[in-house]
Amino acid sequence: MQLKFNVEDGCLIVEMHGELDHHSAEGVRIKVDNKIEELGVNKLIFDFTGVNFMDSSGIGVIIGRYKKLKDYDGKVAVVNLKPQIKKIFELSGLFKILNEYKTVQEALLSL
Amino acid sequence: MFKNEMKLEFPSKSVNESFARVVVAAFASQLDPTLEELSDVKTAVSEAVTNAIIHGYENTEGIVTLRCYIEGNKLTIEVEDNGKGIENVELARQPLYTSRPELERSGMGFTVMETFMDSLEVYSEVGKGTKVVMTKTFKSV
Repeated sequence: MQLKFNVEDGCLIVEMHGELDHHSAEGVRIKVDNKIEELGVNKLIFDFTGVNFMDSSGIGVIIGRYKKLKDYDGKVAVVNLKPQIKKIFELSGLFKILNEYKTVQEALLSL
Repeated sequence: MFKNEMKLEFPSKSVNESFARVVVAAFASQLDPTLEELSDVKTAVSEAVTNAIIHGYENTEGIVTLRCYIEGNKLTIEVEDNGKGIENVELARQPLYTSRPELERSGMGFTVMETFMDSLEVYSEVGKGTKVVMTKTFKSV
């Protein structure tokens, strides 16, 4: 899985490309955590536009980052989930703790 | 009734999770599934194989066996490991239950398999291993 980082208005935007499973989850976790610490941000947007597959390992990654930022009054949002990925989010109750937006711009305005 | 089957064995390396789900998707494609049905199957296989690697073998090296059977428009998938087994299958199948919270596991693996497939059976013996059997009938045929 390839990651591209952008920062806008004190918010870290993680553009993901590829498949998010147990194999790729560890790399994503480490890279995102390092970036959060390096920048000292407490707002995070995961852009799923380039993610074609995710299983429940992805849920762990999102919840883990949510918990981390919650300690700093932070927030997490996700952008542009494919229908299959959305099903997993719904099943896990993830929408109780974060929202999905159509675009990164929309997410930035709401965070 | 049309019948077909396949068997695949691979070592319990996490890089093989994507390999396994792509193999099953390719095998299932002869049933002309919709894209949604195919994603459902890929996700369920990914969960079962990940469980075998993380929990069955606890990231040590072992062999994961994947078998698929087609009967008419029904696909049966078996994922088997010879790892440590599950002490309490009923508990393991509960949503949000995980034996490895320190790994940031969501505990949703079996729930995803149940939701995305038509049926799920789990056979496990402590010290011997676990076999997960899932079926899905493709409506599009």
